[in-house]
Parts: sequence; C-alpha cells; structure tokens
Amino acid sequence: MKRTDFLFRLLCLLCATLAAVILGALLFQMTAASLDAWKRFGVAFLFSSQWDPVAEEYGALVPLTGTLLTTGIALLLAVPPAFAAANFLLDAPKGIASILGNAIDLLAAIPSVIYGMWGLFVLAPFLQQHIQPFLADTLGLGRLSLFGAEYNGFGLLTAGLILALMILPFLCATMRDVLQMTPPVLREAAYGMGCTKREVTRDVVIPYGFRGLLGSIFIGLGRALGETMAVLFVIGNMMELPKGLFGSTTTIAATLANNFAEADRLQRGALFALGLTLLALSLLIQATVQWLLRPTAGKA
Amino acid sequence: MNAITRISLLLLAGASLALSAAQLVLNGAGASFPAPVYQQWTNTYSESGRNVKVNYQSLGSGAGLNQIRSNTIDFAGTDNPLTAQEQQEQELVQFPMLTGGVVVIYNLPGVPDGALKLSGDTLAKIYLGEIRQWNDPALQALNPDVKLPNQKITVVRRADASGTSFIFTNYLSKVSQTWDEKIGAGSTVRWPVGLGGQKNPGVCNNVAKIQGSIGYTEYTYAIEAGLSMAKLQNAAGNFLTPCQETFSASAAGADWKNAPGLYMVLTNQPGENSWPITGVTYIVLRKDCPAGKKAALAQFFRWCFTEGSDAARKLHYVPIPESVVKLFADDLL
Repeated sequence: MKRTDFLFRLLCLLCATLAAVILGALLFQMTAASLDAWKRFGVAFLFSSQWDPVAEEYGALVPLTGTLLTTGIALLLAVPPAFAAANFLLDAPKGIASILGNAIDLLAAIPSVIYGMWGLFVLAPFLQQHIQPFLADTLGLGRLSLFGAEYNGFGLLTAGLILALMILPFLCATMRDVLQMTPPVLREAAYGMGCTKREVTRDVVIPYGFRGLLGSIFIGLGRALGETMAVLFVIGNMMELPKGLFGSTTTIAATLANNFAEADRLQRGALFALGLTLLALSLLIQATVQWLLRPTAGKA
Repeated sequence: MNAITRISLLLLAGASLALSAAQLVLNGAGASFPAPVYQQWTNTYSESGRNVKVNYQSLGSGAGLNQIRSNTIDFAGTDNPLTAQEQQEQELVQFPMLTGGVVVIYNLPGVPDGALKLSGDTLAKIYLGEIRQWNDPALQALNPDVKLPNQKITVVRRADASGTSFIFTNYLSKVSQTWDEKIGAGSTVRWPVGLGGQKNPGVCNNVAKIQGSIGYTEYTYAIEAGLSMAKLQNAAGNFLTPCQETFSASAAGADWKNAPGLYMVLTNQPGENSWPITGVTYIVLRKDCPAGKKAALAQFFRWCFTEGSDAARKLHYVPIPESVVKLFADDLL
C-alpha cells in the first residue's frame, strides 16, 4: 500500500514538473539554435528593421512592432464589448444567459485557421470594397497618416479585427466568471441603496473583480500575441513598418510560419531568435501581470 | 498482472517479427513544388509489389536539406540546387528530376489569355515598382495591338519563402542589373513592392480577385485556376507561350556537361524555344548511404525517369529529357 502511494506521488510530481522542464528545454533549445544570429547582430537585432535574406541581414523590429500593434488594436476593439457582454450575462434571465453563454463558449472553440480563411475570403474583400473606401475617401481619413491613403483589404486593421473577434469570446467567458464571483450581497446592497446598473458596475463590480478582469485581459493578450494562422492570411506579409492602419506589415508568428520550411543557416538562426524574442515578450508580460496584481491582492 | 505482461510480451514479439519481415522503407522529404508528382510516384511504386515502400513528405526545400544533412531521411527534394562545393563539403550528391515553368499571370479585363507580351526588363521594372501603370509607354511599346488600360498595377508575390520565388528572382537578376544589385535572388527576398500571397494558391487567389494585378506562379496552379498567362520574351528574343514543350526545350538546351555538380538554374537559357523562367527540381542523396538502400533508391529513380514520366506529364510537370538523364545515370544511379 505504501509503495503504491509513493509511486503515485512520484508520478504526480513528474507530471507537475514536466511543464517547467519543457519550458526550460525550449528556452535552452531556442537559445542554442539562435546563437548564430545573436553573435552576428547582438542586441541590435531587436532594433533593426532590415530583413534581407539575400544579403543575410536580419532584424526583429518590423515583426516585433507588427505583433505589438495587432495585439494592441485587438485588445482595444475586444475588451469593451467583451466586458459589456459579460456584464449583461451576469444579470440576464437564466434561459437567455445560458443560451448566450453557451454560444460564446462555442465561439471560443473555433480553430484559428477558420477565422483566417474567413478573414481572407470574406472580411478582407468586404473591407476593401465597402469599409475602407468609405473611411479613406468618403470620410477623408485617408489623408491622415494614422490610416494611410492606400488600401487593399489586407493589413494592420484587418488583422486587428480578426484577432479581436478571436479573443472576444474568450475574454467574455473569463470576465463573466470573474464577475460572477462578486458576492450577490454586495450588489444587492448597492441596488437597495438606489444605485443604477451603471453605478453598481462602476463602483462595486469592477473594483471587486479588478484583479480577475486584468488577469483575463492579459490571458487574451497572450493569445493574440502568438496567434499565427489567422493573422498570416490577412496581415499582407510585408517586411516593412506599416504605413498607417491600412498598411501591410508582418508579425513574429507569421514570419516564422512563412519562412521556416525554406530557412537555412543564418536565416534559421534569425528565425529562432525571433521565436525567442516572442517567448521573452510573453514571459515579460506574465511577470508584469504578476507584479501589477500583487498590491491589489492585498487590498482585496 | 501476469496475464497482461504475458500478452504484451507476445504482442511485442509479434510486432518485431512483422517488422523484420517487412519491406525496405525509403524515406524522402523536401520541396513542395514537385510533391504532387513524388506522391503519385511513391504510391504507385510502393503498390507495385516490389517489396519497397517509398515515402515523401512535402516540408519545403530547406527542411529537406536539413534532414538529409542530419541523416534522418534517405533522399531529399530541393528546388534550390547545391553547388559542387557544397555537395563536396556536406558529402551529398544531387541530380535533376523534373522541370516546371514559372509563369506570369495577370488579371486585366479586356486583355485575354496570351494577349499580353512582356520582356524580362519590363517585368523586373514592374516588380521594382518603377512601372506602376498598365498603360506605361514601355508596356504599350511591347503590345502595339492591345489597348492597355489606364490602371494601377497591383503586384502580387509569395509571402512565404519558396523555390518558386527563387526561380523567379534568379531570372529577374539575370535580366535586370538593377534587380541584381538592389534585390538579388533567393527563396525570399526584400520585395520592394507587392502584396504577399500564401503559397501558389494564395498568389493565384489574389490575382483572380484583384483587377489590374500581376503575379507569378507554377504553371500547374495557373492552369487549374484558369488565369491569363503572359507571353514572355526569351534570351533569343522570341515571345513564347508557356507550355510543356517550351519548358522541356529549356532543359534540353542547357549546357549540362559543363555544369559542375549538375548545378543548373534553367532561367534565361539560350535556344529559340526555351521558356525563360524554367525551374528544375533536384533529388539529393547522401554519399554514405548503405549499399542496399542505394541500390533500391537507384532502382526507384530509374523507374521514375522511365515508367513514371507519363504520370508526371499528366500533372503538367516535365521529366528531365532522356538525353540529359544519360549524362548522370551511370554515375549516380
């Protein structure tokens, strides 16, 4: 009996450490494989916008910027409606809440390549033919450098929109769970004092669930950061800094997917260095979240 | 507990017996451009009762080369040939297997398939972003009989790294000094202009959707997508229609005898009837391949060159002409 118990514990321990071991091995492997690129370019790799496979000059600035911008746009577009939807579901009649809730959960399970294909065949042509001409020409936004006069349906905005759609159900589902953790007594007390729905949300629900809400936003951010296939189809895949929201650029994940199969020698190293940069970025964000959440944890 | 152990031992013994009696397995991987043909060949050959099973995984030329260097596969396919020196250093040998054409596709209402003529120089200028309008005087001069519209040219190119792009940029480097100096040739380059499409179907899709666009793709994909193909001026000055005959002429007309390590890029070849952007895809083998496997591989590839060639033609690929196969068959196969 004792021996089986020991074996069981050992098995659990092994499984628990597996994730850490894999992460460590991954870091080691990626560092080793990208050593060539770091030796050749040093830290300047992160700040160079050159990507010239013929001249063997590589820099991470363009894909890094593209990754951060698409993720930023996606969060800006997705967080407000996700929060509003979650807030509605909180007090919605049971039947409606369960139907809508299930629909959102199902939406979160659609594979990303489907979103990408939809973006390529439906969203991008639609934007090109209807939305972008309206924004750029009718409203005259094309004259602003924020948007850019040239558009073809692909680019930062399209990628941001697709990403927003992808993380929206995810954000909404986690936010709903967080909001549900607010003790009903607190909300009912506030309503009893004559607070409106808006006031209860602003002064009771948000402060109580702040930590969890921030956490769910960062989980969504993590998902948008590494998203590959959906972005690949609509970003335009140009190795240049975007000329406004309508401009094409690329992201780290898209660059990796586009180039890995044919990459050799230094380019392979540079691609691994890009991957390492993305991993480091994710770790950095994780660490920031933990640090940000610490003080509020004490208050709650 | 005991029963389970006994059963699993029995199963294990059975499996190893089955393995030892199994046929010889030859694994290959690499270039995706010839993959449809290779997959057809490996299937037919494996089912022909020769007790040899051949596999081919379409991973990309670079991945194939990496795998054969690390000795995880028996043969690799690549669109980007190794130089004689690289073969020497890495203990590898290569020979050409198939040729295929890269064609220029366009979507221009009022200009039907084959009506548009382009020279290498104008093509390079379009891809450099120097010619931006369809009614540019340089284009109009090549096409006196066609009324070219006053429309912006949308350039489409590959987003991913690929052998097709290598062949195309290699051609542009040969016909345009500016391209050679500014951009160069490679499976992916620093494109000055252009919308990126995902693989051959992505490029075809973009060209089909965008009016006034121009792109390049493997011949097969252009035919399947039903896109208009431009006539191109070859090194001899003739405007040619892309087809199997002109691709084959390019391979036959090339000077293989003076190509060390059979390194050859079939772009801009001399010959009245040579399609200017012809590519050739290679098979790479290890020099230290065990004798048994070597013989089986040789037998398989000889079969591909002879009995397999019809299957390749049906898929719009052109096998290396017999006159060229004779040059290396005795040494390598």
